Amino acid sequence: MASYSTNEFRSGLKVLLDGDPCIILENEFVKPGKGQAFNRVKLRNLTSNRQWERTFKSGDSLEAADVIDHEMEYLYTDGEFWHFMLTDGSFEQLAADAKAVSDVLKWLKEQDVYVVTLYNGAPLSVTPPNFVELEVVDTDPGMKGDTAQGGTKPATLSTGAVVSVPLFITIGEVLKVDTRSGAYVNRVKS
Amino acid sequence: MSNTLDQSWKPSASLDALKSRARQLSYVRDFFASRGVLEVETPALASHGANDLNIDSVDVALAPLPGVGSSKGWLQSSPEYHMKRLLSAGTGPIYQVARAFRNGERGVRHNPEFSLLEWYRPGFDDLDLMAEVAALVCGWLELPMPERLTYREAFHRYSGVDAFTASDSGVAQKCERWVGKELAVRLTRDECLDVLMSHEIEPALRHLPPTFLCHYPASQAALAKTSVSEGMTVAHRFELYIEGLELCNGYWELTDATEQRHRFDFDNQNRQAAGKPDMGIDERLLAAMESGLPECAGVALGLDRLLMLKLGTRDIADTLSFPVERA
Repeated sequence: MASYSTNEFRSGLKVLLDGDPCIILENEFVKPGKGQAFNRVKLRNLTSNRQWERTFKSGDSLEAADVIDHEMEYLYTDGEFWHFMLTDGSFEQLAADAKAVSDVLKWLKEQDVYVVTLYNGAPLSVTPPNFVELEVVDTDPGMKGDTAQGGTKPATLSTGAVVSVPLFITIGEVLKVDTRSGAYVNRVKS
Repeated sequence: MSNTLDQSWKPSASLDALKSRARQLSYVRDFFASRGVLEVETPALASHGANDLNIDSVDVALAPLPGVGSSKGWLQSSPEYHMKRLLSAGTGPIYQVARAFRNGERGVRHNPEFSLLEWYRPGFDDLDLMAEVAALVCGWLELPMPERLTYREAFHRYSGVDAFTASDSGVAQKCERWVGKELAVRLTRDECLDVLMSHEIEPALRHLPPTFLCHYPASQAALAKTSVSEGMTVAHRFELYIEGLELCNGYWELTDATEQRHRFDFDNQNRQAAGKPDMGIDERLLAAMESGLPECAGVALGLDRLLMLKLGTRDIADTLSFPVERA
């Protein structure tokens, strides 16, 4: 298995730490003038999605993690697995389990394209595009003329996601939503 | 990243930063001229590299020359050995603006080639020299005079550990939160102290006015005298920290050639154990010390880092015309 020495550390590198695949976010070289050199590294655990910090003795190595990102179209769920297909024309399909899709579930729409992160060939996590377009399936009745300023109300989207929307939004409209913040962006003309 | 490649011929420092660097250099030269300290130059390429365990000199292959024993030379990590030979030859107080080289060191505060201001003051002890460093640095940066903090007090205050009396396992335990259990047990005591220095002390010093750390543990004496203070053997070594940035390293210099030989032997054993090249012993330096290195204090100060503080930047690349990736 390939490994990376501290002097190869850079952001984006995928490594195994304590048995979990992690991505390096930041790498800082620290060394008191006469002292031992260390690399102070910020990482994100790709399994738990948690950020952590760990310091390594300069010259030490970490095993490379077999992690690769693929663009894949979401097809359907059978209740136990969520099925995705590669968009490279190979039609190859992969099944992600509930853990891999837990963060993306509320943005998951059939035929949309997602980034599926594979670890040792199996889906580890699924990342939505920054913006998705989803239909409103439930919200309080809209109020006429209330287009400019004023309050907001909750709206339930086709995926089950609940977002805060302006008062004029009605059931059946399609909204553009920012998946990073969960914020309403605008209405989409259908 | 073709864009990066296209731009890499350009300096990473702004024109203003380059002008500031030039002003800093004249300031330094004026400072020493007014105090009667002689500017000298010594070799950057020499037969021996530093013996310190944690300093890796850059080795250079040399074509054979008459009178030169080795085909391997070393770019100097500081001009210390040569300047001590000059002092032993009777130069009196001297300073040098030197290019120094340390292999593998690159980060926001490190570049493998850097500018080092090093000076020696016969008749000074560490306290006298700290006062002179303070005058030079705080005069240039227009900062209040630094305070002094012992290494032991700094660790007590900011790491909650006694760096002198805590057990090795106690110090290692303190490091676990940074390096994990597995690495903590593999580190030596001094390496553990270095972790705490980088991760706990330096960040705390960021919020303090300029501070001299002094009275280091004897195991980190390097080329400094030691003495007993409050029942502990302390090294007469000091470092100046400004905004958490380590700016200089000074000693009340060891002048005893026999003790120096012991320390070099010990360093070389540690280097071998760590799989690093044995630096041998620079016999010319020891001969100079035997013939009489005057009682003196000396200090090395990073000029690029001093300029970082002057410019208010956290990245050394902003002070360098071309950092190593562009050189």
